Amino acid sequence: MMRRFSLLVRRDLRLAQRQGLDSLMVVMFFVIAVVLFPFGVGPEPGILARIAAGVIWVAALLSTMLSLERLFLTDYEDGSLELLALSPVTLEVLVLAKVIAHWLTTGLPLIIAAPLLAVLLNMDADGFWVLIGALALGTPTLSLLGAVGAALILGSRRGGVLLSLLILPLFIPVLIFGVSAVDSAIGGYAIKAQFLILGGLFVFALPLCPWAAAAGIRQSLE
Amino acid sequence: MTLFTGSDLTCVRGERTVFRGLSFELDAGGLLVLVGPNGSGKSSLLRLMAGLLLPAHGAIRWQDADTRDDPETHNGRLHYVGHHDAIKPVLTVTENLRFWAEMHGGNAGANNRVAEALKGFGISYLSDVPARFLSAGQSRRTSLARILSSPAPLWLLDEPTTALDKEAVAALESIIAQHRAAGGMAVISTHTPISGDGAETLDLTPFAQAAHDFEDGSAAA
Repeated sequence: MMRRFSLLVRRDLRLAQRQGLDSLMVVMFFVIAVVLFPFGVGPEPGILARIAAGVIWVAALLSTMLSLERLFLTDYEDGSLELLALSPVTLEVLVLAKVIAHWLTTGLPLIIAAPLLAVLLNMDADGFWVLIGALALGTPTLSLLGAVGAALILGSRRGGVLLSLLILPLFIPVLIFGVSAVDSAIGGYAIKAQFLILGGLFVFALPLCPWAAAAGIRQSLE
Repeated sequence: MTLFTGSDLTCVRGERTVFRGLSFELDAGGLLVLVGPNGSGKSSLLRLMAGLLLPAHGAIRWQDADTRDDPETHNGRLHYVGHHDAIKPVLTVTENLRFWAEMHGGNAGANNRVAEALKGFGISYLSDVPARFLSAGQSRRTSLARILSSPAPLWLLDEPTTALDKEAVAALESIIAQHRAAGGMAVISTHTPISGDGAETLDLTPFAQAAHDFEDGSAAA
């Protein structure tokens, strides 16, 4: 089981590496979306510092969204998904492997880019490590939730828009507590509660999302 | 006792009944050829056998055990080749095959099995070519080579001869013959005649007709 699991993760990583542009584009989108804000709200450092955490988190949600559509779609269209469903691993394990590969190719680069953007937005240095920590704890949950949406849109036309409508509302709790953790750290308050909730959301999503996504995939293959 | 059987199968897709009351039996070394016009349910029957679809009525059994009870074990004993080739254009032919070989079989000897499979379908010369450069026929051969890259007793092939030239069809026929000689089984749906000694033919037309009649009857009632 573990051998097949790591085989699946390595396959997706290799595919992502060969199509290097895909994950690079997600990071570029993240950077550009954040860079737009100083143009929109003006370059006043006080305002930018105030909104920095929220802007970075919202941009991270949107860029994750951008890459989620293709999570199962390419495999679905070229017939790989039905063969994967017929391989001797359970579909839930397959979903988990694909989510991990997705996080490594999109979530991780976002976390690396985030501190640079925080500097750009004049965020208080007290918030940097908390921002990285909150993203590290929050983005896996985003990938997990996104997998459910990505499985549900298989076989539908204009799936990308539908995916945003389905999944963005589910991202709201992660957004609230992710931003709140950074703001509290900058304000000098305790951040334990927010981190516990982010951790709780992750622990909640970890078993439930692969299960729900697998059900969605089964439905799409009928 | 017959190894692989289906009894009184009804297949429903969407709202439409595709066929009703279909049964089949297949024993070690058997070859079942599915024929029938477009839409008579050949692909649906193969998907039922693979477990991608579940029968609305009836059961598919392997040695008297319902295949639905343990789908992973059933997956381990079958190879399914559908309409799509499931080939990643950015990987080479060998990389594509090697993934499936390791997924179904083990790591041990995967290189050899892949090389043998490529040889079997006459595409050894393509082994390091990125799959995006393959022609339709070459891509089909690569997809079919999966069935040789790891051992499995049951082969479910959905119109395998599409895009294949005469030479490749002959290669496929001899590979199926060898598979059967070693005790394997194959179910093939096809529109072009495919030869095999002692092959049983299952015509799906009457079962599809039964489904139509039944639906018309319930609509009238």
